[in-house]
Amino acid sequence: MFRSQVLVCGGTGCTSSNSTKIIEALKEQIREHGLENEVNVVRTGCFGLCALGPIMIVYPEGSFYSMVKVEDVPEIVEEHLLKGRVVTRLLYDETVEKDTVKSLNETQFYAKQQRVALRNCGVINPENIDEYIAFDGYQALAKCLTEYTPQQVVDVVKESGLRGRGGGGFPTGVKWSLAAANQADQKYVCCNADEGDPGAFMDRSVLEGDPHSVIEAMAIAGYAIGASQGYIYVRAEYPIAVHRLEIAIQQAREYGLLGKNIFGTGFDFDLDIRLGAGAFVCGEETALMTSIEGHRGEPRPRPPYPAVKGLFEKPTILNNVETYANIPQIILNGAEWFASIGTEKSKGTKVFALGGKIKHTGLVEVPMGTTLRTIVEEIGGGIPNGKKFKAAQMGGPSGGCVPAQCYDVKIDYDSLIQIGAMMGSGGLIVMDEDTCMVDIAKFFLEFTVDESCGKCTPCRIGIKRLYELLDKITRGNGTMEDLDTIEQLCYYIKDSALCGLGQTAPNPVLSTLRFFRDEYVAHVKDKTCPAGVCKHLIHYEIQEDKCKGCTLCSRVCPAEAISGTVKNPHTIDQSKCLKCGACMEKCKFGAIIKK
Amino acid sequence: MKTLAELQAIRDKARKEIEMRAETEDGIRVVVGMATCGIAAGARPVLNALVEEVSKENLSGVTITQTGCIGICQYEPVVEIFEPGKEKVTYVKMTPEKALRVVHSHLMNGEVVTEYTIGASAV
Repeated sequence: MFRSQVLVCGGTGCTSSNSTKIIEALKEQIREHGLENEVNVVRTGCFGLCALGPIMIVYPEGSFYSMVKVEDVPEIVEEHLLKGRVVTRLLYDETVEKDTVKSLNETQFYAKQQRVALRNCGVINPENIDEYIAFDGYQALAKCLTEYTPQQVVDVVKESGLRGRGGGGFPTGVKWSLAAANQADQKYVCCNADEGDPGAFMDRSVLEGDPHSVIEAMAIAGYAIGASQGYIYVRAEYPIAVHRLEIAIQQAREYGLLGKNIFGTGFDFDLDIRLGAGAFVCGEETALMTSIEGHRGEPRPRPPYPAVKGLFEKPTILNNVETYANIPQIILNGAEWFASIGTEKSKGTKVFALGGKIKHTGLVEVPMGTTLRTIVEEIGGGIPNGKKFKAAQMGGPSGGCVPAQCYDVKIDYDSLIQIGAMMGSGGLIVMDEDTCMVDIAKFFLEFTVDESCGKCTPCRIGIKRLYELLDKITRGNGTMEDLDTIEQLCYYIKDSALCGLGQTAPNPVLSTLRFFRDEYVAHVKDKTCPAGVCKHLIHYEIQEDKCKGCTLCSRVCPAEAISGTVKNPHTIDQSKCLKCGACMEKCKFGAIIKK
Repeated sequence: MKTLAELQAIRDKARKEIEMRAETEDGIRVVVGMATCGIAAGARPVLNALVEEVSKENLSGVTITQTGCIGICQYEPVVEIFEPGKEKVTYVKMTPEKALRVVHSHLMNGEVVTEYTIGASAV
């Protein structure tokens, strides 16, 4: 029995900031002090507060150490683990208050969160099935197999009001009942872990931190619709997630929780992993299944829907990782419990991946109906450097921007659609006043142009033309007619593209046009970029009266565009200037201005 | 694994290992002084004996933790027991054997082992 447990985050974020080395150093130091039988080191999944990584929690005290370095390890072992003195300087400052240490759950970041899908992330060792079982793991599967008929399972999911967390928000129970109603010799359960939305990483986090919850939920889904085989489609760029999934599936098989005759009930279910090569379009359900079948990942028209003719032309259900992670909790706590969280039409919680201009980059899980202001200002810690909130891009390249005037909108599926954005997978990129909205729209379009599979014309050519028009505007060559053309083209593409990728690609353009039309007009009419981002519309100047002739700017200029002699004002040759801004950054006298 | 009972058995066993990660607000806190003075006087075997015994007896709601020097170095190893709504009890000059008795008498039956407390020792 260990008297103390040290939990170190082994998610992708903390791993990239060296948590693996920290774990090694910890184990070594613990051995050196002869504590290996008293202190247990546990590598967990993501805690969510990625901005403060690498993260470590020491129990039973519950001390939350942030931004731990390898050099800090000897002090932690000697002071805390051996002598019981908490290393105050490493504590996350929000947990320290007037000489007392607060619980992590009382900090601003965690206090307003409600963790359902992420409940085990950062709490258990994902590579140890026993720890998942300790937190009621596989109890939901046992309950379904021994107490419920498949129809009852479908009913519970339906009554809970759970909707797909991958983007569309289709009611999960309805999806299951459609597949259950279709008779076939073989059906399939698939999991979409292709998380292609740049900036969203909750699915990765669940797979890394709590892989068994997805496995258990898929087995439950298999029982509900009558499928004996499941596939998890996960991108190969998530090596830690894939590795832990493999371990988890193996452990579940060894325990007989996957395989033949589970719990002696005669129910068979097994799972396999399929790796994706990282194409954005493979997150679209028909393209994903085409890819599992071994073909090029291209979408096909619907209907027939997957519930009728899906993988290998058999009835199939496909749900997102986060959706599955909710299922065991719904079974254990009941549909009423789940339906009591959230808003009228959007039940439960939603995980958001906070990124961009925000203090606490990371993962947060809040009840549906929480306002954007609460997420950004309170949980996310606000915008750094005293800048103002301008907008948030929700739903990645398929979503839209939510401007400051909608800061207090209660976020759920329907309210976001109303303001032209969408839930998407829950990526939330915060933008401050230094962001140019035309440039942002162009950025997301560049992504969809790259990722278009090319099968249908509206997407392949339409988005490209749209991108070219935006590019023209950011170069200062746009006309007011172009704005109308853009809008019209957006609607054409939305109406005629084959799959979700094309249909939603114009969203960032439409929503920025709707809320920030004045910025577009400034680019077109005044040939200026109000945020000072678009390179073709800005130039740098040296103010003669302020320049001391220190020559620093001419030395840092990569294009040798600045000339002048020592102690005399310098000048910028505009024809050579690359507008990189290096000179302005370096100038100690504030003599260089951007116009 | 073929039965629900087997699943429950694994759960109960694993739960003990991870119990300390749950936030307990109103349980009993057992604090062992583990500063240099405490360690030199033999606090570690005491701490480990407490952990082992509490786990063996399946006591829930008991957190065993350590602290630094509380200033009565001549009485180390010191074990303090905090119970909600009750006065703190301070045991001094502890040994692993005394620790076992404290677990059985104090933690399990609510009877303070008066002869080990600082009050008895100071006389």
